[in-house]
Amino acid sequence: MKSRARNLLFYVGVIAVWQGIAMLKIWPPYLFPTPWSVAESLWAGFQDQSMWIGIGVSMRRMLIGYGLSIVLGIALGLLFSVNRYLRETLGSLVVSMQSLPSICWLPLAVLWFGLSENAILFVVVMGSLLSMTISMDTGLRNVPKIYPMAGRNLGAGGWQLFVHVLLPASLPHVVSGLKQGWAFAWRSLISGEMIFVSLGLGHLLMMGRDLNDMSQVVAVMLLIVAIGFIVDRLVFRTIERRLQMKWSGA
Amino acid sequence: MSATLEFPHPDAAQHHKILLKGVSRNFKTPRGVILRALDNITLEVRPGEFLCIVGPSGCGKSTLLHLIAGLAKPSRGEIWMDGRRVENPGTDRILIFQELGLFPWLSVVENVEFGLRMQGISKQERRERARRYLRLVHLTQFEESYIHQLSGGMKQRVALARSLAMEPDVLLMDEPFAALDAQTRDLLHDELERIWTETGQTIVFVTHNVREAVRLGDRVVLLTFRPGRIKHQFPIVLPRPRHMEDPAVAVSARDVLQQLREEIDKAVREEYGDEIES
Repeated sequence: MKSRARNLLFYVGVIAVWQGIAMLKIWPPYLFPTPWSVAESLWAGFQDQSMWIGIGVSMRRMLIGYGLSIVLGIALGLLFSVNRYLRETLGSLVVSMQSLPSICWLPLAVLWFGLSENAILFVVVMGSLLSMTISMDTGLRNVPKIYPMAGRNLGAGGWQLFVHVLLPASLPHVVSGLKQGWAFAWRSLISGEMIFVSLGLGHLLMMGRDLNDMSQVVAVMLLIVAIGFIVDRLVFRTIERRLQMKWSGA
Repeated sequence: MSATLEFPHPDAAQHHKILLKGVSRNFKTPRGVILRALDNITLEVRPGEFLCIVGPSGCGKSTLLHLIAGLAKPSRGEIWMDGRRVENPGTDRILIFQELGLFPWLSVVENVEFGLRMQGISKQERRERARRYLRLVHLTQFEESYIHQLSGGMKQRVALARSLAMEPDVLLMDEPFAALDAQTRDLLHDELERIWTETGQTIVFVTHNVREAVRLGDRVVLLTFRPGRIKHQFPIVLPRPRHMEDPAVAVSARDVLQQLREEIDKAVREEYGDEIES
């Protein structure tokens, strides 16, 4: 309770300082919006549905792109964990590509897929696939030997062993990969949307810039942060905490 | 068990359950040195026998159980069970690991069901069977709990129930009670003895605790320090049920202990001697 009050006080303070700076009128309001105008802009956006549409479109792209990279990541990670040759060759290539911001794929994606939904999905997948793959691979390779041994001892073999023992045993690693993957996918999506095509939050943000409406820019920025934060806290934190509790006590 | 007599081995007259013939097992250390963990072990286990194996740590006791379980292969020699060569893991012999290997992502009852599920037994039947064995180890109230919510003794009993639910002919137990406090251990000894009497299973029980071996076993086999060889076998003909504190148990244990001590001394000399040299 005490820490919650302290946090609240902190954010009230931040807004107050922001308001104070705006009131000094160092910059004109269209360059430095007040908290109030941002709130108004948010409200208006939700009123005329544009924010809702933005959120809806972006989330839909996230679900598809992120979902794809989960499936692909699990498959690739599994492949690397069973095949040493693949891991040392393709695997190290994958790791080195992680230093590439996924938005760099956009020019290629546009050439390959045209100015389409698929191009942006490709960027999202490239953004999160790597961390999914890596965490699946390390997750599988770090499964304590005792679990597959116990599984075999109780009559599990081959595919059964993978589905019922190795996969759940590597879950803590996989979830941290899922979490990281989500964050990467989210950033990739927004940057992709800013550069190109229709609707979505990133596009909304650029529209604000084009209209010289800094209140809208800041409002969309706040929204992007809020969504990322909420998913991280509500979804991944909860799962992680629950897993940690269970897995640590075995 | 229908395939039992398909390839009867000449030695496989059915007076033994498990037969080890000249079994050795080597390991390669990370530095590439070959280490012999077990050397030329020949051992018969009778059907329904409670056999205890004791030895100093590093004598290959656990390795022996892994070999019988089929989780590892002997470097030399053969292992037979019911007249069939042991090559792979099989659900006719279930190993209870020292570290238990309970699955934290499953509830207690799901853990107990696991092996039955792998065999494709219907949900209803395996649930029934799991409950029966949970009752046997007095864990009925905890069937929905997760492993992390249980105490050490309870985890131990889940592992026991999980193995018993497979209704194996042979139960292989690797220092299962080593990490428990004395009261819990005594309790589980009583339970294990009772279950064993009821089911008539064959048990091979590995421990470093001589008192425990004498309290439980029909026979105690003493292994030497690295490489593990059979040093001596002690038949234990004491009436059951027994208790750790029985004077007769203490007397028998003293004989075993005397011989074990020589091996422990050897182990200590070797371990610490190495350290001084290097």
